Amino acid sequence: MKLMTCPLNGPRNIAEFQYLGPVRTAPDPEAASDQDWARYLFGAPNARDVTLEWWRHTPSNYVFLAERHLGTGEVARPFDPGEAR
Amino acid sequence: MTRLPPPHGRRIDRSRPLSFMFEGRAMTGFEGDTIASALAANGQWMLSRSFKYHRPRGAMSFAGTDANTLVQVGAEPNVAADLTPLRDGMEITAQNVSGSLARDRGAVIGAFSRFLPVGFYYRTFMGPTRNAWLKLWEPMIRAKAGLGVIAPDAPGLAVDKATLHCDVAVIGGGMAGMRAALDAAGDGADVIVVDDQPSLGGDMAHAADTAEADALAGQVASHPAIRVWCDTVCTGLFEDNWLALSRVDRLWRLRAARVVLATGGIDQIAVFRNNDLPGILTAGGARRLMHLFGVRPGRRAVVLAAATDGYAVAHDLVAAGVAVEAIIDPGGQCRDMAPEGIEVIEASIDAAVGRHHITGVRPGDRTVRCDCLVLAAGQMPAWHLPCQAGARLKADGDTGGFAFDLDDETITLAGVLAGDGAVRPAMLPLKAHSKGMDFVDLDEDLQIKDIRNAIREGYRELELVKRFSTVGMGPSQGRHSALPTARLVAEDTGRALGQIGVTTARPPTAPETLGALAGPHTRAERRTALHRVHQDLGAEMRPVGAWWRPYLYGSGDHAARIVEEVRAVREGVAVLDVSTLGKLEVRGPDAGAFLDRIYTMAHAKQPVGKVRYCLMLNEMGVVIDDGVAFRLAEDRFFVTATTGAVGRVYADMAFWNAQWKMDVDVVNLTAGFAGLNITGPNARAVVEDLASDLDFSQEGFPYLTGQRGTVADVPVLAMRIGFTGEASFELHCPASRAHDLWDAVMAAGKRHGLRPYGLEASRILRLEKGHILIGQDTDALSSPHDLGFEWALSKKKPFYVGKRALEMRQRLGATRKLAALSFELDVDLPGESCLVLKDGHPVGHVTSSAHSPTLGHGIGLAFVAPEDAVPGRQVDIRGRDGRMVQGTVCGHAFVDPDGERQKL
Repeated sequence: MKLMTCPLNGPRNIAEFQYLGPVRTAPDPEAASDQDWARYLFGAPNARDVTLEWWRHTPSNYVFLAERHLGTGEVARPFDPGEAR
Repeated sequence: MTRLPPPHGRRIDRSRPLSFMFEGRAMTGFEGDTIASALAANGQWMLSRSFKYHRPRGAMSFAGTDANTLVQVGAEPNVAADLTPLRDGMEITAQNVSGSLARDRGAVIGAFSRFLPVGFYYRTFMGPTRNAWLKLWEPMIRAKAGLGVIAPDAPGLAVDKATLHCDVAVIGGGMAGMRAALDAAGDGADVIVVDDQPSLGGDMAHAADTAEADALAGQVASHPAIRVWCDTVCTGLFEDNWLALSRVDRLWRLRAARVVLATGGIDQIAVFRNNDLPGILTAGGARRLMHLFGVRPGRRAVVLAAATDGYAVAHDLVAAGVAVEAIIDPGGQCRDMAPEGIEVIEASIDAAVGRHHITGVRPGDRTVRCDCLVLAAGQMPAWHLPCQAGARLKADGDTGGFAFDLDDETITLAGVLAGDGAVRPAMLPLKAHSKGMDFVDLDEDLQIKDIRNAIREGYRELELVKRFSTVGMGPSQGRHSALPTARLVAEDTGRALGQIGVTTARPPTAPETLGALAGPHTRAERRTALHRVHQDLGAEMRPVGAWWRPYLYGSGDHAARIVEEVRAVREGVAVLDVSTLGKLEVRGPDAGAFLDRIYTMAHAKQPVGKVRYCLMLNEMGVVIDDGVAFRLAEDRFFVTATTGAVGRVYADMAFWNAQWKMDVDVVNLTAGFAGLNITGPNARAVVEDLASDLDFSQEGFPYLTGQRGTVADVPVLAMRIGFTGEASFELHCPASRAHDLWDAVMAAGKRHGLRPYGLEASRILRLEKGHILIGQDTDALSSPHDLGFEWALSKKKPFYVGKRALEMRQRLGATRKLAALSFELDVDLPGESCLVLKDGHPVGHVTSSAHSPTLGHGIGLAFVAPEDAVPGRQVDIRGRDGRMVQGTVCGHAFVDPDGERQKL
């Protein structure tokens, strides 16, 4: 089982975490076309590269950000949402 | 039973004899024996019949690296005879036997082996009809190839799981492993050493001279920073150094900062005709028998010395009083190492001779009589774990050795795996015998020609050869078959061995007990603070998700009791334990604004003291939860969520606020609070009799308001809501005070006929009222419009989760609507999931249905075509038995559609 380093709780088994998907920026709901909104909802980026993702440590209900390489699975930088991206 | 005199047999305790049965015959062994060593001591070399041809087979390595040692012990099948300690009174039987082990009826199959080519199963059993495999062939083959017998009524194995942590895990307790452990412990590390044998020492544990190994093992055992796990197999090495350690009755999950792999070498066998006869042993197997168990491998032995170790084994055999008839050395370079007076034959083995046991060896044309053949064919480094760690096994064409390329700084290879000792397999010629029975894989009964035929069929890659022929898939996981298979593929495809490699080594590296993987039968369950109270009242408790809830009270006829409980609510007063309800506290200056974005209704301007329905959507505009929000203060809300979804709602709130960064905190109070719902026309009379500072009057406590105060000195949070459709008072209190609140409520209710009711009555009551249950009456696509919940959508708010998607969905138009249906009295009520048909096509399904005690006929909720969701319309439903049933669409509620009763 993999380890994930939680910014709040340190290294824990990956089973303690919930993956919440890549960070997406919602377009302005008033101005966006239906197509743009659908792309925001369903078009998740999936490049073989470092992606910024949302994760949650389930026992503490703590949501944080992590830079993860989608090819290797390696987590380069887990950090609190309050920190600069 | 005669054993070799000491110092032979250092593992057995001759003062403690053990009795056991094998195939109905009484035998004896000693404490310290394995099943296989005790059988060998009794002259029983044959342990099983082979998988396909039912050939006689025995143990070769006496170390668990070959596959034909599986026996049945009592009710337990597939016990490895050469790894399992003998116990007094064991009843052992052979496996995969038709008739008796000695006279196996299935052995005749061997004579037809040329009609059973490789890939036989894939082609032969396709016909004659489409289901022939399931109906005809599979039962026949299963009966023939059964590996052991399952006893369904056998007592369960006591199994458990444990988690370990250490700085350094050393896998393999041989010389290299022990040195690595002592080095690491000397540097201050916390070390665990794992070995699959009963004691440390590796190959040196069964050498003639063990002084050095014993000294090292003593140091390891006495080192305070080293823990030793013997009789334990490391069956898998997973990411971030997560190791599976398996013992028959226990599975350890070990997390190590660093791992040292010192799994040593695996004795190889040679491939020639009849190389599977009982009496053929590996060099290590012969040594284990003599030195560990004091068992003479035979009276007259022949030794294959394809590696120089063969000469050393010959000396060991001579010292044990075994007559060595000849040493067969294909290279002949080391003949002067032979014990005095023993003939060295410079040849390869053409065949072994014998029916149930080896009786001779044929190097070329002559036959050397013997009852034991010891194979010193070199070793392969145990590649399974290094390969799981990501290494590739590379053959070095010049030296005939193997090396690994492992790029992981937390994993170290030691000993044989690191190339120490120049361990390599002997590359004996692989020549198919004209009469066959030259086995490459003894697990799966595969001969040289089978591998060659698979390659000829076009399976030129090793992985494909494996899949087609099943080579290496048996219990020994290719420990003997991987190298000859790779060599055959290299030869027949004109490539170098280095280009072929070995097949992917996946966990488990060795057989594991399914029970140990499953672990103990424990189930996480939750009980409300009033669990015992319900039991004392005779409630039938049922699991709802992780919770146990009272389903129905009392005894006697089910249906009649449900009607009683429903009537009590409709005509008098009753109480339900609602402690499992999800409860969240949302607080902070932005609490109202936050709920405005989370839920569809308006909460920012909700007055303090008011209770408001809340409906939660996901971003796709699908209804995922509902509840109520009670505004306790400007900056504080008490929010309920459904029992099953509160975890998700709590998580979603955290997720959204990580993005929105509003000034708000959410606390999950579900387990901390207990709740009672007192409901019925007489509910107010009951609560007014409570010793309380709350104003329970009609004017003081109207519908959809909340108050805080005390009841019988218990702090409570009270809400007026209406799930049942009757006047309801929902009281929440700290779970630690739930008993006090219950007692006070029951005492006050006594003269009003207050009684408890259970979950089933609650479900019927809500259905009579037309209230939906999210998850039961909704699915992964249900929008508020599908459910007729347009009233719950704020038109003024610029944003709430799912709003934008709802606008898009509305433009697509509705495809279905949830409708309340009533059924005639004589109709067989259609169950949940029954299809609603329109013109013969499904347009929806029944989501809930029940007999309504209040109305006296069946009612339900169902998705119907949007144009049919009009009161009075008839819809067609196909019942469980296929017969069509008609339902009539009603308004949204069956009982009290105007909602007057709940406001009382």
